[in-house]
Amino acid sequence: MNDPLIIAGKAYSSRLLVGTGKYKDFAETREAVDAAGAEIVTVAIRRTNIGQHPGEQSLLDVLPPSQYTLLPNTAGCYTAEDAVRTLRLARELLDGHALVKLEVLGDPSNLYPNMPETLKAAETLVKEGFDVMVYCSDDPIQAKRLEEIGCVAVMPLASIIGSGMGILNPWNLRLIIDNARVPVLVDAGVGTASDAAIAMELGCDAVLMNSAIAHARQPVLMASAMKHAVRAGREAYLAGRMPRKLYSAEPSSPTSGMIAPARCL
Amino acid sequence: MPTILVNGNPTEFTTPLTLRQLLERLELQGRRVAIERNGEILPRSRYDDTPLAAGDLLEIIIAVGGG
Repeated sequence: MNDPLIIAGKAYSSRLLVGTGKYKDFAETREAVDAAGAEIVTVAIRRTNIGQHPGEQSLLDVLPPSQYTLLPNTAGCYTAEDAVRTLRLARELLDGHALVKLEVLGDPSNLYPNMPETLKAAETLVKEGFDVMVYCSDDPIQAKRLEEIGCVAVMPLASIIGSGMGILNPWNLRLIIDNARVPVLVDAGVGTASDAAIAMELGCDAVLMNSAIAHARQPVLMASAMKHAVRAGREAYLAGRMPRKLYSAEPSSPTSGMIAPARCL
Repeated sequence: MPTILVNGNPTEFTTPLTLRQLLERLELQGRRVAIERNGEILPRSRYDDTPLAAGDLLEIIIAVGGG
C-alpha cells in the first residue's frame, strides 16, 4: 500500500518515529531503531565530554545522517531562548539540516510543555527557516496556533513524557486531528502496542515514542510490536471501522437455510 | 594565563590560540561537533581564523541519545 507520511514536503514510508535515549548501549539502540522500521529518529544535543575517551564511538557513528533522518530535540530546555540556541547548534552540527523537534518544558516533575514559551520559540525558528515539529499540550487552540505560525507538524502528548499511561484524552486528540492541515503525531505517553494502534485509529498521522520501546523488558521485540501496531492502526483508520450498534446484535451467518428443528423429527 | 570556559570548565591557554588548535588540544579534532562562542554559532569554516580571547564562553556539543 502506497501511503506515505509527508513532512515538510518529504515522503516517509514509516509512520513510527523513535527516540534514541535510555538504551543499554549503541548496538541495542540501532537494533531497536531498525526493528521499529523507523526512518526519523530523535537525538538530544548535549555538551561533549572534555578530555574523556577520545576515539570513543558516537551516536552518529551508529545512526549516520546519510541513512536516517535525524530529528534533533530541545529536551531539557525551559525557555524559548535556550531551545532556539540548542537548535541553531543542531543545525550547525548536522550541516544545515532544518527538520527539528521543538519542546519547551514547564515543570521538571511532569515535563508538561510550557506553551507560551513554545509558541515564542516556534515563531523564531520558523522565521529562521527551520522545519519545526512541535511537542505541545493536547489543546486544539494551541495546536492550531502552532500550525498558523508555520510548524510542519504538531505533536500533542497522549499522556506525560515517559509515563506509559497511554491515550488519556482521545477526544482532544480528535479535535486537534479534525482541525489540522499539517500532520498530527502523538508524542509522549504511549506505553504498549495497543496505545499506538489507538492513536493511529483516531487518525494521527504518525506516532513518536522512546520509553515504551527502551523500557520494555525486550526493547527490540517491542520495537517490532510497535511497527506492526502503527501499521495496523493506520490500515484500520483508512479502512474505516464498522458503526457501533448498542443493544442490537446482528449475526454474521445467514439466518435462513437452517436444518429442521429437532422438535419436527 | 588567560582563561576561557569550555563547557563550563575553566581552561587556561597561551595566546594566540585558534579554535582549531583548541579542538586539537582537547582531542576533538575530526569529531562531529558544533560550537557556540559567547552565544553565537561558529561555523566550521571559521575554526582556523577564529582566535580565542580571555573570558570566552565556549559550548561544544554533540548528538546523544534522546527522545
